[in-house]
Amino acid sequence: MAELAIRLRGVVKRYGAITAVDHLDLDVPEGTCVGLLGPNGAGKSTTMRLLTAQAIADEGELEVLGFRLPEESKQARAQCGVVPQLDNLDTTLTVEQNLLVFAHLYRIERSERREAIERALEMSKLVGRRDSRVDKLSGGMRRRLLIARALVHRPRLALLDEPTVGLDPQVRQELWALIDALRSEGTTILMSTHYIEEAQRLADTVLIMSHGSAVAAGPPFELVREHAGQEVLEVYGPPTRLVEVEAEAEAAGMRTRRTGTSISILGVDGTNGFTIDGERRPANLEDVFVLLTGEEIA
Amino acid sequence: MATAEARGAPLGRLERSALTGVLVREAVNYSSYWRSSTFSSTVEPTIYLLAFGFGSIVSRIGGYDYVDFVGTGTVATAVLFSSAFPAMFGTFVKYQFQRTYDAILAAPVDTEELVTAEALWIATRAGVYGCVPMLVAIVFGLDPSWGMLAVPFIGWVAGFGWACFGISIAGYAKSFENFNYVVSAVLTPLFLLAGSFFPLDNFPQWAQVLANLNPLHHCVVLVRHAVFGWDGWKDFARLGALAVFGLLVWRIAIHAMTRKLID
Repeated sequence: MAELAIRLRGVVKRYGAITAVDHLDLDVPEGTCVGLLGPNGAGKSTTMRLLTAQAIADEGELEVLGFRLPEESKQARAQCGVVPQLDNLDTTLTVEQNLLVFAHLYRIERSERREAIERALEMSKLVGRRDSRVDKLSGGMRRRLLIARALVHRPRLALLDEPTVGLDPQVRQELWALIDALRSEGTTILMSTHYIEEAQRLADTVLIMSHGSAVAAGPPFELVREHAGQEVLEVYGPPTRLVEVEAEAEAAGMRTRRTGTSISILGVDGTNGFTIDGERRPANLEDVFVLLTGEEIA
Repeated sequence: MATAEARGAPLGRLERSALTGVLVREAVNYSSYWRSSTFSSTVEPTIYLLAFGFGSIVSRIGGYDYVDFVGTGTVATAVLFSSAFPAMFGTFVKYQFQRTYDAILAAPVDTEELVTAEALWIATRAGVYGCVPMLVAIVFGLDPSWGMLAVPFIGWVAGFGWACFGISIAGYAKSFENFNYVVSAVLTPLFLLAGSFFPLDNFPQWAQVLANLNPLHHCVVLVRHAVFGWDGWKDFARLGALAVFGLLVWRIAIHAMTRKLID
């Protein structure tokens, strides 16, 4: 069994009457990419803050890179890189100055600082923009800089909180390539997201979160096969028709879920004699998610 | 779990490398706005000197030329303005709007180190900018003296306290508007009861006793004594009072910001 970069057991975090994280267990083996998937308010960001001791758990055990939290958090943080959900770059500084500041904050030796900054600039493809002020950069560039800043000291563990939220699809794909490259270098990654595709593409293991706890965990394809089967029949029609289809499918013992304009009938693998007309498509994580939590994502 | 060599030595409190990291951030940022802040901290005392020093109907006060009196008195004003105010507003902006502190605390820096480094930075700036009114007064006729070399240090000690005071206020404030209460109910009275523009001798006894609780008053007196001649152990006591004020509000600032930054 691989060593664990992150190990959470029975972690609880309450804010007044609200329980943001509710007896959460989480394992992130070293060298893997784990995705926390859940809708807004599922407790993903709170979990991220717990891992840097910017939130202190009310109950449970937390270990990051072998260090107990919150007592030894500073040592853990020295080897972590954090990409926050909300951009907190110094906007009146240049790209290079932002990296320089974090090279100091992450205690890179003077002799290695120059090289670390150059590497971060290359990785984020911002070499040509090194002297640009951050407030002159596009949204995608800013996000790349935010990632580069978190990786300037070559952390063992990267914590990415919604790394592509609010970006164009094209920019999102650029960032996926960047994260994928990081993963292939062997950096352990914990990434929260509410984009199904992001989790499916990048994560070795996905942990589905709802109301602060884990409802399922496993490799994306296994979760899909286990909970949603291989194929889904998507039936479109007027509302009355959809009600009929739903009743018919449930009578036949099939699981269904509503999307806005259609009924999805799950587990219609092969040609098992289901006679309703519709479009067949491969089952995906979203089906799993809705089935397990009863919530729509995103 | 992690191997022994990866663990490294446990990290202590108030580490030099953590303080340096935060100070470097401030220094790099300062390089982008030093012109405007130097301009305002030079022009303001000049205006005070022109307005009070030359617009005044008195030419001598408390045994000093009035220009000399105000020129040294406004050092404390400059220290206050370049420490308490930037600390209050800057901390709030960095916490609330820029989320800078979230970024710093995700690095190996604790709240205690963050607050300490921020206060050290502001104190150093206040120590330097605090000298400006005195330098302006030299241009207008104040005689240079060796004791003036102690003024940046006095400004630094007072500035550290006022910086921590400002950070504390920002830590406890729920919104920007809360600062109005502090400025009108705390800073303005302290500013007027400091002896910068007129001696406190004419105040009632109770006000003079109260002034001893005003760190700004000690700063004013210390600067005057540095320039015109020391007053022995009394000045040590004043310096001690400034140091106690600084240490006290330093711990309060750390407490306030920990509450604010760590859930």
